[in-house]
Amino acid sequence: MIIDRRRLIFSIGAAAGGGLALGFGFTTAGEAAVAADGSIGDYVIVAPDGAVTLLAKAPDVGQGAKTVLPMIIAEEMDADWSRVRIEFAPVEQRYGDQSVGGSTTTPENYEPMRKVGAAARSLLVQAAAQRWGLPAASLKTARGEVIDPASGRRIGYGELAAAAAKLPPPDPAQLVLKSPKDFVLLGRDQGGVDTPAVVRGEPIFGIDTEVPGLEYAVYVKSPVPGAKLVSADLDAARRQPGVTQVFALEGLAPPAGKQVGLAPGYAPGIAIIARNWWLANQARKVLNARWDETAGAGHSTDRYDAQAREILKGGPGKVASQHGDVDAALAGASKRVDAVYHAPFLAHLSLEPQNCTARPTADGGVELFAPTQVATDARELTAKTLGLPLEKVTVHMRRSGGGFGRRLMADAAVESAVIAMKANTPVKLVWAREDDVAHDYYRPALWMAFDAGLDAQGRVSAYRAHGVSFTRDGTTPTTGGGVTQDAAPGLLADSARTEQSLIPTIIPTGWLRAPASNALSFVHEGFWDELAHAAGQDPVAFRLAHMRAYLAAQTQAPGDGKPKLDIGRLAAVLELVAQRSGWGRQSLPSGVGMGAGCYFSHRGYFAEVAQVRVSNDGDWRVEKVWVVGDVGSIVLNPLGGRAQVAGSIVEGISQLRCAVEFKDGKTVPTNIPDFDLVRMPDAPEIDIHFLVTDHPPTGLGEPALPPLIPAVVNAVYAACGARVRELPLTAERIKAALKAT
Amino acid sequence: MAISLRVNGRHLTAEVPPEMPLLWVLRDELSLAGTKFGCGVGACGACTVHVDGVATRACLTPVGTVGSREITTIEGLHAHPKGKALQAAWIAHDVPQCGYCQAGQMMTAAALLKDKARPTRDEIEGAMAGNLCRCGCYDRIHAAIGSAAGVEA
Repeated sequence: MIIDRRRLIFSIGAAAGGGLALGFGFTTAGEAAVAADGSIGDYVIVAPDGAVTLLAKAPDVGQGAKTVLPMIIAEEMDADWSRVRIEFAPVEQRYGDQSVGGSTTTPENYEPMRKVGAAARSLLVQAAAQRWGLPAASLKTARGEVIDPASGRRIGYGELAAAAAKLPPPDPAQLVLKSPKDFVLLGRDQGGVDTPAVVRGEPIFGIDTEVPGLEYAVYVKSPVPGAKLVSADLDAARRQPGVTQVFALEGLAPPAGKQVGLAPGYAPGIAIIARNWWLANQARKVLNARWDETAGAGHSTDRYDAQAREILKGGPGKVASQHGDVDAALAGASKRVDAVYHAPFLAHLSLEPQNCTARPTADGGVELFAPTQVATDARELTAKTLGLPLEKVTVHMRRSGGGFGRRLMADAAVESAVIAMKANTPVKLVWAREDDVAHDYYRPALWMAFDAGLDAQGRVSAYRAHGVSFTRDGTTPTTGGGVTQDAAPGLLADSARTEQSLIPTIIPTGWLRAPASNALSFVHEGFWDELAHAAGQDPVAFRLAHMRAYLAAQTQAPGDGKPKLDIGRLAAVLELVAQRSGWGRQSLPSGVGMGAGCYFSHRGYFAEVAQVRVSNDGDWRVEKVWVVGDVGSIVLNPLGGRAQVAGSIVEGISQLRCAVEFKDGKTVPTNIPDFDLVRMPDAPEIDIHFLVTDHPPTGLGEPALPPLIPAVVNAVYAACGARVRELPLTAERIKAALKAT
Repeated sequence: MAISLRVNGRHLTAEVPPEMPLLWVLRDELSLAGTKFGCGVGACGACTVHVDGVATRACLTPVGTVGSREITTIEGLHAHPKGKALQAAWIAHDVPQCGYCQAGQMMTAAALLKDKARPTRDEIEGAMAGNLCRCGCYDRIHAAIGSAAGVEA
């Protein structure tokens, strides 16, 4: 939609060696896809020998951007996919914002990339038409060739490239896009473009970067965020074998209320540089660093929990959204249901620890090799932190070993640049896993108190939700937190009010895969399951009845409010997943239950049913999950799309099993063994179905995750009667819930 | 001190302390970066290599303890009796998402198939339980091992 307000422009140039280089950009101010000098990013390069290179503008963290973006171009230009070369684009203003997150890559690039491909095709067809003296409209294209159907003549794109490069740019408004029914690539399974390199162990990840003269660094920081160094034995570290430099950095505080990694600045710490990483990391053992940790006092999960529950016992929070008269409806309800839910802090734990390689350049700038989700931010924040003009910072995108939102923060990139500049040598900064766990931007914890009323027919007449989250500046929720994100449950009640209260924190917080939704889905959809049982109704039928009533009311009163989510789409996926899972029709053995959840997030509609087995000891295992998702008219790469959905289910189960505690500002867990992450034996069977609808295609990195969490919790209730309102979902909590009933 | 190693059939030498983990010798001294660092405490399996055919956590293996035993890394997997079949299966199933854990997964799978040519479902899960995949590729890893072994996973 946004695309329509911008004006696409194309640029054509001769590629090195005499071929065609096709670029495109947007001209609207604020979308910097045209650099200050007017240059536009190249996306397609056709060499005279027919080799087609397609550039992927955005990073790949395993979500498949490097595969799917070029697929879209190749589809419209009829390039021979088996022969195209794919590279990351350089990180420059002429490519606009080069970041991936929020499942936005597909919805924001689908139409523009189609137009790039169509423009390339148009130029090559025109060049063939000129050569043959035929009308362009009479020619066809397929697999890297222009074809004259009348004569059967064919000519390869390479032979046309030089002539095409001399043509004027096509008018974007005149470009004819394929009908999706004619797609030969999109909508069909394609393997990841880096898969062969991965299985050969090629050094393609950020952490694999090597440059001449490279040295290796660790950066030792206070366990309390941002704490200043009091003392350290730097000389002892300097005497360790292989160590070349040791220095303390005072850090640069970001603007008030902002976080390092999202704003210019970096944390104080001690850099140790050595001839290999292990030697650098060994040397930290003798540092004996002491930090001023007073700022951390009281920032403990136990205390936060007590604070939150005290707030929830007290008066109302700040009203974030409301409709109808909740208080009157509560007073007049036939039945009242209340509950307090809690989702803990969580860590990202992407398998490739945070790292970045930085090399000072001869012109006083710096070059970064960054495994990041935010290549543009990494460049800009590095420039601002170092006080360099932007053009003196070069960023190369490198494949990332997992993102999950952690790499939306450019902290490691900035640190590596600061260290390399100070050391005046190329440096690969690698965080130990302990650093990665201790200095994450955690999914903020959430507490949510519900007070709901049912009317005589078992309809939710009142729905009050008071959420407690965190703040850094005293007024706004911290990154990744907040309680007001669009959720169906409040909309579906006759009256609803969402209130928010905030606890001050110094703990860094951020976006974790399906941010906010991954906690909100649990609390809302868990509570709606309770409401259904309180009303004596089947949980799926209960939700569908409310959805249908809402839709009927919408038809009667169009323009009454503007829902951000389409309840009709949500109802459709819920109805279908109930069918596919045999919901309500299966006779399950004792100790096995099915639970449902549905949620709208990141532009995608998902409903899921989990089948969970619970033992007498409270141990639980997800046996099977049915997923139905609506992400629009086409799943661009179904192979990659299914992988994202399956991965969301597995990660959802990990989120159910994990938590991060803090004690006086310090992270308590230290490494992978402190997290009950899903392993192969714990992974469930997963049935995935996409419901095709007449909506523009949207992304799949996140929206399949949120419904899984309540589906499992609700299945535990169905299996054994334990209603668990706090995560992680441990055997102890299940047993305690059973005792309470 | 100079330590001699046999890696993927080649003789290589590194000037490193004997207590230095094999992982870092491979990555930082021998430019064999296919073997990955994930946790440093043997808990994620990303650093799995073979030492005389046995799947081994390189992050916990002091290089001085390896001696003359043959080290195989992901870069040498193609020469393993099951290597090519595993690589082909990994590509056919498009197993990787981010791909970071896959070197360790494939090395563990290769050691499994050498011991048990036709593993059962439980044997696959048991052998692979030490290898963490944060993207959640387990279904495809399982299927690819089954394909490489010629059994239905």
